[in-house]
Amino acid sequence: MPQPAATTRIVGAPVPRKEGVDKLLGRACYVDDMEREGMWYGATVRSSIPRGIIRSIAFDRNIDWSEFTVVSARDIPGENHIHLIVADQPCLADGKVNHCEEPILLLAHPDKHKLRDAVNAVKIEYDLLPAIFTIEESERQDVIVWGADNLLKSFLLEKGDVDSVWADAARIVEGEYHTGAQEHLYIENNGVIAEYDRETGVTVWGSLQCPYYVFKSLKSVFDLADDKVRVIQTETGGAFGGKEDYPSIIACHAALLAMKSGRPVKMVYDRIEDLAATTKRHPSRVRHRTAVDGDGRLLAIDIDLATNGGAYATLSSTVLSRATLHSTGPYLCPNVRVRARSWATNMVPFGAFRGFGAPQAIFAMERQMDEIAAAMKMDPVELRRRNFLHDGDMNATEQVMREPLILEQLLDRALAQSDYRAKRQRFARENQTGAVKRGMGIAAFYHGSGFTGSGEVILNSLAGVDVTSEDRVRVLVSNTEFGQGTNTILTQVAAEALGIEYDRVTMAPADTGQVPNSGPTVASRTSMVVGRLIERAGLQLVSMLREHAGLGEKYTTEEFFAACAQYRKTKGEVLSKCRYEPPPGIKWDDEVYHGEAYGAYAWAVYVAQVAVDTVTYSAEVEEFWAVQEVGRVLHPVLAAGQIEGGIAQGIGYAVFEKVVWQDGRMANNQMTNYIMPTAQDVPPIHVYFEQIPFRYGAYGAKGIGELPHDGPAPAILNAIRDATGVAFNSIPLLPEDLFAGLAASPLLQETAAL
Amino acid sequence: MSVHWPPIRFTVNGEKREVTVPPMKRLLDVLRDDLQLTGTKEGCGEGECGSCSVRMNGELVNSCLLPVLQAAEADIQTVEGLAPNGALHPIQEAFLQCGGAQCGICTPGMLMATAQLLAQNPHPDPTAIREGLAGNLCRCTGFMRIFESVVHAASGKLADAAAGEAPHAR
Repeated sequence: MPQPAATTRIVGAPVPRKEGVDKLLGRACYVDDMEREGMWYGATVRSSIPRGIIRSIAFDRNIDWSEFTVVSARDIPGENHIHLIVADQPCLADGKVNHCEEPILLLAHPDKHKLRDAVNAVKIEYDLLPAIFTIEESERQDVIVWGADNLLKSFLLEKGDVDSVWADAARIVEGEYHTGAQEHLYIENNGVIAEYDRETGVTVWGSLQCPYYVFKSLKSVFDLADDKVRVIQTETGGAFGGKEDYPSIIACHAALLAMKSGRPVKMVYDRIEDLAATTKRHPSRVRHRTAVDGDGRLLAIDIDLATNGGAYATLSSTVLSRATLHSTGPYLCPNVRVRARSWATNMVPFGAFRGFGAPQAIFAMERQMDEIAAAMKMDPVELRRRNFLHDGDMNATEQVMREPLILEQLLDRALAQSDYRAKRQRFARENQTGAVKRGMGIAAFYHGSGFTGSGEVILNSLAGVDVTSEDRVRVLVSNTEFGQGTNTILTQVAAEALGIEYDRVTMAPADTGQVPNSGPTVASRTSMVVGRLIERAGLQLVSMLREHAGLGEKYTTEEFFAACAQYRKTKGEVLSKCRYEPPPGIKWDDEVYHGEAYGAYAWAVYVAQVAVDTVTYSAEVEEFWAVQEVGRVLHPVLAAGQIEGGIAQGIGYAVFEKVVWQDGRMANNQMTNYIMPTAQDVPPIHVYFEQIPFRYGAYGAKGIGELPHDGPAPAILNAIRDATGVAFNSIPLLPEDLFAGLAASPLLQETAAL
Repeated sequence: MSVHWPPIRFTVNGEKREVTVPPMKRLLDVLRDDLQLTGTKEGCGEGECGSCSVRMNGELVNSCLLPVLQAAEADIQTVEGLAPNGALHPIQEAFLQCGGAQCGICTPGMLMATAQLLAQNPHPDPTAIREGLAGNLCRCTGFMRIFESVVHAASGKLADAAAGEAPHAR
């Protein structure tokens, strides 16, 4: 197997973002910038109740319905469900609804301004059924809303025997932690354009992450063969997981309208609809029971983890899986039990969001570590240091840590850069008198790169590079650019492997008619897994050219393209494809959750400095330090941008972003009242990388995209604990929550008495 | 039934334009649908995200909140007007070098906000940069690279060029 070169020309260099100029000139083409000849516009009639039977649907006579195309479940030629993991979510509700905003009817009209009145002119009457909204209501099982028992998925992970430990432990610490929903708030809403042709089938252009997910859904909804469905990603204005599963729904809707109207149909949600109707991060409740010995060493970790999945299964099982596998932190513990369950409710279904269950689980674990430290009267840094995993240790799934593991080094750098110890001492002194209490908080964590367990083998990704007769090298992948840098890093990797200039390599369009299925753009897999395929495909192409077209050991770009021309003449298409091969020794047992959960892990230690104002009850993150090891950094500017962006979202998750619910529907579904951090809210963020190349990733890369969302929330709430002495165990933590928690604390009373 | 709307005239990116549209039509829709200037984006439709920011008579405005009637006789600059010949404006060059654009959807608005900021304050300090961009939401970058882009654009020659590039302001 070819090994990564010791030095690289293009990988690791800050080359310009591949599609950057188009974005900066305002000419990058997002779906709402596109038009098709004779195009109509689509809209959705949605459920106004959380659960019930549809009794009647009436169309107001004041609307001239002959101008409209109306689609119901009866118009679906194939299966009425969205193809994902479980076939439970209808494309259009048929007789009953299970959540507010569930799609029931679709309307199309040539004038988009006529659609809103038309949607409001459809009157639906229901027979209400009892609805449930919380994990607690669902697990009581008084009302069954999904399957036989409301349980979307459960896992049990066991290592050693936790129950043998409790009696002899020096200390047992218990805690319960809650995380709220979080909205992706990509600035471009969900949108697609669909066309239908009896001969050629369905074509969809859209803002999406996973063209082949949409492809599969369209195939089943329309009962079409592979060659009759084509999905093309348009420039995508942010996604963060929010365009992993939802685009399949809106694509099927627009395509149904296109089929029935005989017109291209554009469906682009406005912000209000996007916030109300599309997925969010799963809310969670995590209960910890931890046994430690007299030195603070972990003896047993017992976790009960529950998520609220909403009305349909969507990706809840895989989100729960990742939560389970990230729930015990980067620590060595001989006895572990994690019971994880995802519960159905009548909420709008929850879905993928950067981190995918890990932020919820890591929030609980890292808060719990600080509570253990407090119970043991230990420094939280020292407690972590004593329990870190090392090379050769076995984690909770008894995966042996074979990579060099440098958690102490990350920790020491984070402490040094943040001046952690001196600041803690200074703040402890200043906090005795001031109304503003400052604290330092820490979080240590990992994020598994790529699909879990045997997931990458099952995906069986295929990717490649080709060279056109116009001397254009194209990277052939179905992986998509939505801001994170896919285009740039994959063309860097290809240029590096091929030994030519970065500018000579382009991305083939993310079009299922043109590129192979290299898997979805999710799970921090693009750099490590897909990048590796491109590296291999590039090196393979060079070998082909050497063997069959006389390419020398050293060559210029011109010689490279001359060899391509020669190869084309004698052998045909200049194309090199590679299929995924797992690193050796990967064994995973899905039944008992045992073995190599991930091929590689990214590791991090984050530090937050927070100021809590005991007059206004604001918690301001004043500064943030992020030290991580993500393997080889392919592009320093993009990598830092990924970390900073993830941290800003994590800060929002912790202390800004609250989804207010009413009947399982987002009530604050506007940017006016769902508040994300602005330019004035985000603190200085300092980013540091330690680089240990991973031998099975592209030029040593591991995953990076999700990692930064995992750490901020626990680091911030740990800092608030440090500042105030009060343990806050739920996020989002807004000023009213701080008020409620601090009002009862002796700290505040002392300050008030001053 | 046909309504004859009075023509509305204004200047966009130095060119005189005339539209015959309902006077309450949003400037954003006029730019995108009637003038095919799709660089200006809609993010929220309620003036919160700033993706639709354009400069009008030397001020930064949310074009989603502005009936086109109010733009009559105005001088408007959109992202397309930053680089009329396709060569990057120094602000755009700074965003490219510093990683100020990720998904790109907030970028046109962010560029206009930066142009506005630098026209008024060629050497903004960090606080002024944060204030100047507070009306423009970016969900990708966490703003750090954008701040760096603004600093970079404001340094040396770039600042003069940027300040000079409010050519349509009167």
